[in-house]
Parts: sequence; structure tokens; C-alpha cells
Amino acid sequence: MARMNMIQALNSAMDVMLERDPGVVVLGEDVGYFGGVFRTTDGLQRKYGEHRVLDSPISELGIVATSIGMAVNGLRPVAEIQFADYIYPGYDQIVSELARLRYRSAGEFYAPVTIRTPCGGGIRGGQTHSQSPEAIFAHICGIKVVIPSNPYDAKGLLIASIEDDDPVIFLEPKRLYNGPFDGDPGKPAVPWSAHPRGEVPEGHYTVPISKAQIVRAGSDVTIIAYGTMVHVAEAAAASLGLDAEIIDVRTIVPLDTGTLCESVRRTGRCLIVHEATRFAGFGAEISATLQEQCFWQLQAPIGRVGGWDTPYPHAFEWEYFPGQKRVAMALEAVMTAS
Amino acid sequence: MANRPRTRLHVPHPPARPGDRADFSYLKLQPAGAQPRPDVRVSAQATLPMATGLVRVLDDEHRAVGAWDPRLEPEVLQGGLRHMLLTRIFDERMQRTQRQGRISFYMRCLGEEAVSVAGAMALRPADMLFPSYRNQGFYMVRGRPLVDLMCQLLSNTRDMCKGRQLPVMYHWREGNIFSISGNLATQFPQAVGWAMAAAIKGEDHVAATWIGEGSSAEGDFHAGMVFAEVYEAPVLLNIVNNQWAISTFQGFAGGERSTFAARGPGYGVAGVRVDGNDFLAVHAVTQWAAERARKGGGPTLIEHVTYRASAHSTSDDPSRYRPKDEYERWPLGDPVERLKQHLIALGEWSEERHAALTKELEEQVGASWREATKFGTLGEGPRLDPDLMFEDVFKEMPEHLALQRDQLRAERS
Ligand SMILES: Cc1ncc(C[n+]2csc(CCOP(=O)(O)OP(=O)(O)O)c2C)c(N)n1
Ligand SMILES: [Mg+2]
Repeated sequence: MARMNMIQALNSAMDVMLERDPGVVVLGEDVGYFGGVFRTTDGLQRKYGEHRVLDSPISELGIVATSIGMAVNGLRPVAEIQFADYIYPGYDQIVSELARLRYRSAGEFYAPVTIRTPCGGGIRGGQTHSQSPEAIFAHICGIKVVIPSNPYDAKGLLIASIEDDDPVIFLEPKRLYNGPFDGDPGKPAVPWSAHPRGEVPEGHYTVPISKAQIVRAGSDVTIIAYGTMVHVAEAAAASLGLDAEIIDVRTIVPLDTGTLCESVRRTGRCLIVHEATRFAGFGAEISATLQEQCFWQLQAPIGRVGGWDTPYPHAFEWEYFPGQKRVAMALEAVMTAS
Repeated sequence: MANRPRTRLHVPHPPARPGDRADFSYLKLQPAGAQPRPDVRVSAQATLPMATGLVRVLDDEHRAVGAWDPRLEPEVLQGGLRHMLLTRIFDERMQRTQRQGRISFYMRCLGEEAVSVAGAMALRPADMLFPSYRNQGFYMVRGRPLVDLMCQLLSNTRDMCKGRQLPVMYHWREGNIFSISGNLATQFPQAVGWAMAAAIKGEDHVAATWIGEGSSAEGDFHAGMVFAEVYEAPVLLNIVNNQWAISTFQGFAGGERSTFAARGPGYGVAGVRVDGNDFLAVHAVTQWAAERARKGGGPTLIEHVTYRASAHSTSDDPSRYRPKDEYERWPLGDPVERLKQHLIALGEWSEERHAALTKELEEQVGASWREATKFGTLGEGPRLDPDLMFEDVFKEMPEHLALQRDQLRAERS
């Protein structure tokens, strides 16, 4: 099997789909000739031509809206929004159009559009290159929301998203592009080549949407995380010597409630960890669901860790980012409460 | 049957990619002095020849010619040269500090200095500027101490943004320069709103805004144009056509078959296309549009034809998408060199004075940097108090933020 970092895995997913399905087109700012500012679409235009891999004008509204039009006319667009922080000019097209087209036309029209976009912090990008907007998409009815935490899942989930007949917002934690990141910026970077999930098949495979994954089985506490925070949570639990069960949500919508509840019923304790701001963050939805379904098995209040409820700052990146310390402190609270 | 016309998808191609010979034959140029200068109250439709032509003042012999010559005093020209040179030296030095890891990111305006410097000089201090990230020349013209800019770049204890913004995202309320957004094009319609307010209040201040040609594809551009036209707002709408938007050339923003300025008359807004590397032409056109706005004539869309000589930012490598020597073949030259030669031709400048000024400005930049770094750098020295992160989210800190601030204190202890 090949070794890939997350960028190569995503590139491979698009390559496989462009090859298999003549309806697949890739579009976005700088994605064509240049291959994307993160090089995720590198080489695809050369291989599949300028009508399959299109550079677009700088208009996120235009990218989303034309993707809808193309999809309605039989194509399967994979649109890139250069940073998730720049998706808002396209928000109306996503909320009012993409998400509701199937519903409002009673299934006659639908738009199988995948919108890929790099998200999350940890790269000194300040407030316009660091946001984690999953919750504002989770609140919309009619789009799926996916966020991988490693190259293997990234490729399999992206292929599944492209093949899905519903629209998908595909969030790529950019801090994980080149290697796993445990939240400690002082440590030397680790490449994906040393990680088991950096082993990625060259060909076609899918990772099912709507299936969470238990990345570490344990019995003391359930830690529910996604994206970059899966790796931070693993490190934080290890630092406390806890036998934590760690679940990578992988799909925000539709949420795999079954896997989460089954685990929490067993451990009786739960901490939810995400990078996004805490207030009305997706952790609130998970927490409420668990409270409804696992109340009688809970031994402690469910904990939540997130970014502070401020815009993402530049100078205070590591005070803002929910690193191991914040996760560990919250874990201790969840473990000692009774 | 085979020759039956059918639909087709056109994909714009830049004239040259890496390895090709640079080619600017697509640029529609006109000699200096060719454009007449109409009365400022001319109708928007009548500006079409100016919007498709090119206003230039400096000719190939470094003389100022034609109706658009703003007839500026030598001291004003020397001031313009100083501001442009300072901008360039500042940029070079800050680029180097980024390479040394002292700041996290930088964006230069190399080759585009005249756009900001001449533009700001032709306006009044009370006029409000809504910049993009490539307008650092405004700060030189309006006299913000370099140390202040550097402290922002360093996110240090004297950072005007209190550590919250990426480098170059300056603001200056007192100097009437609006806060820069990382999200493209948002400032464009905001400037129109500022101008509408000036008109509502009966003031004669105008607003001016700058947007990259690539960013003019955003919907914000359309909203700005429509509001400007509907209310005939006293606003100068500048498109800086530096030919590139990261890796995509201006044809991807609609520059292949028409000029950007020509969109103006299409909306019912006056349009002017100007040589953006000609200090005198930019000054003259800005003055014309400001006078038009102040006299109730409404908005003007100005396209500055220039070239982004540097990389997009310190994260970019342009050798991957355009010929390395493109700037050497750029037909409109270097704005600093052109103004310098003009002043020399006037007998108001010399190589010696230029060398002395360069040295003086380099020393000023060097001394400012030494001063700025005393207040800390991203990695070393004094640091901003992380408590500041929770301030200014709202005017008064709500309880949940106060709790999070306390939580962070506990986390750090
Ligand atoms: C809404 C939004 N979309 C995308 C970006 C990413 N981006 C930053 S600069 C840039 C290119 C802008 O080019 P142009 O407008 O021509 O300005 P220039 O850099 O040439 O001055 C892009 C795509 C962004 N900052 N904001
Ligand atoms: Mg540009």
C-alpha cells in the first residue's frame, strides 16, 4: 500500500473519481494550472484537461452557484473554497439553494455537489485562515458535513462524498495536511508516513459517511472528537494515563448517534472536544443527544472543550487553541465529578 | 454536420507561463497625453473612451504631457518620490524579517507604489480610505510612524491590533484609514456606505476604496457599483489591475475582452483607465474623480493598470505559474524610476540626491525596526497579555467570556 499525507490522499481521491466518472469536475480559485494553494489538486488539470479541472474567478458565490447549475445538468462538481473562512460569500447559495433543492422540488431536482474546504487553526493564520465553521453548516437541513482526521479516512470519505447524491461540505483540517498534530507546537512535526492511517490504497475505496470510528477502545471515559482534536485528545488522555475510549466522529451530519451512545453507556463519562468556538458549537448538540439517550448511565456531567468564544487571534494562537492542557483539565473534571 | 456551430466552453489563458517568453501584447496602451481631460461633470456614459483608453502623463522622455498633467510643484513630486521609496524599502526589509522568522507573514506592493502614494496624496486628510492589503503607501503619505506598522507586523506589546490580526492588516482611525479585512472585496461597498453618510450629513469628504482586479469578481463589487450609482455617492472606486490574482491572470476576472474601467459606464458610473505606474497620471485622475464627487457628480470607477512585481505573499512562489522575467518586460516600467527620471529631467533631482535619500530612508527603516523589536517579537521579548484576547469582542465583556478568561488564566498557571 502507498504512503500518503492528507494532501496526497485527497488528490488521489479526486484523481480516482475524475478517472471513473466523466461527470466529475473540479473547480475553485487557483486549483487548475497551479494545483491549489495547498497543492491538493496538483497535476489534475494536466491529466484531465481544462474542462474537467477549472480555475474559477474569485467568487465563492459563483463557485457554489455554478456548481449547483452544473450538478443539476448532470455533472458532479467538486468545488474548492480556498479557506473555510472564505465560504461566507457562498453561504446563501449553500443554505437557501444547495441544501433545499431536493426538498423544495419534491426530489425532481437535486445537486450532488461536494464543497471541499481547509479549516481549523494551528498554522498562524489569524482570524481569516483558522476558522472551524462546522456548526453553522450542521444547523442547515439538507447538507451532509464531513471532517476527516487522517489520510486514509480523507480519501475514502472524499470518494464517498463525491459519489453521494446529496450535497456535502467536506472540511479538511489543514493542520493535519502534512502530519498528525497532538496540539504541542513545540514538538518537531511528525509526518504521516510514520502513522498507520498514512497507509492509503492507490485505487477506489470508500469510508462510509455517517459512521463514527472508535480510534482507541477504553473503559474509563469516552472522548468524542473530530479533525485535529482527535490527535490532541489521544495525547491528553495518554498524559493522564487514562484508559480512554476515543471516538472520531468523522461525519457531523448525519451524526452516528448509535456509536457515541453505546460507548458512553459503557464508560459512564464523556468529554467532547472540538476546535470551534464552544458557545452553540457542535459539542452542544452531541452533549444534548447523549444526555437524552444516556442520562441514567452517566456518572458525571458531560464535559465540553472548544476554542474560546472570540475570533481566532494571531498572537495568542496557542492560548486560544484547545491544546492538551485544556483537554486534560476538562478530563480531570469529568473523571473526578460524581 | 461536422462543422455545425455548437456551444463551447472558453478557458482563458495567460499569454505566458513559466518557460514561455513574457508577452504583454494583450495590453491596450495609448501614448502619454492622448486622452482629453473632460470637465468633471461629464456624464458617466461619455467617459467610455477614457474607460477603454489609458490616461498617461509621463512620456518616454520623462516629460509630463497632455491635458492630464496635474502641474504639481517639484516639492510635491519629491514628496511623492520619498513616500514611494520609503514604501519600497519598508517592504523589502519586512520581507526579509519574515524570511528570518521574525514575523509570520508579509505582503509587498513592489511595482505598485504609485497607486497608493499618488492616490492618497491627491485626496484630503479627512477623506476616508478603504484599503486592500496592498496599500501600505497610504500610511507613508498620512504619516503613521513606521514603528507602529512594525509593531503590528510583530504582534507585539504595542500592536495596534492587540495581537488579533495577521500581519499587514493595519487600521488607523485618526488617519482615516479603515481596518483591512482578510476577506476580499468587503471594503468596496462599505466605502460606498461611508460616502453616502458623508452626503447625508452634508459634508464634502469623499470615500475612496481599492480592490484587486481578481477580487472584483466577488459579488461585493456588484453591490458597491449599484449602490454607488443609485445614490450617486461621493466615492472613488479603484480597481488595482496588477495582472495577477495569486496564480490566475486578469482574464479570469473578466479582463480578456473589456477593460475593468469600462464596467463603470455599464453601471452608469464614470470610468477611467489609468497608467498605474505613472505617479502624475494616478494623481491627476484621483484629483479629477475627487472633485467630481465633491461637486455632486457622483462616483468614479478607476482602473489602475500595473503589475504585481513580487510574489502574492510570503507564502507564494510565482515561478510556478508565470515567467520569471515577466516584470522585466512589463511595458509600463517602474513607478519609482519613472518619477525619479521625471524629476531629474526637470532639474529637480539627481542620482546623488536619490542615493542620499535611499540611504536616509534605509536608516529610518533600520532604526524603526530596532525600536519596534524592543516591544517584543512573535517569538521573543515582552508579550501581550493573553487576557486581551477576550476584550473588544463586545463593548463590554459578557459573563461567558469573563469565565473563559479566568479559565485560561488557570490553564496557564
Ligand atoms: C473571500 C476571499 N476569497 C478568497 C481569498 C483568498 N485570496 C487572498 S488574496 C487572493 C487573490 C486576490 O487577487 P487580487 O484581487 O487581484 O489582488 P492582488 O493580490 O493581486 O493585489 C485570494 C484568492 C480571500 N482572502 N477572501
Ligand atoms: Mg491582482
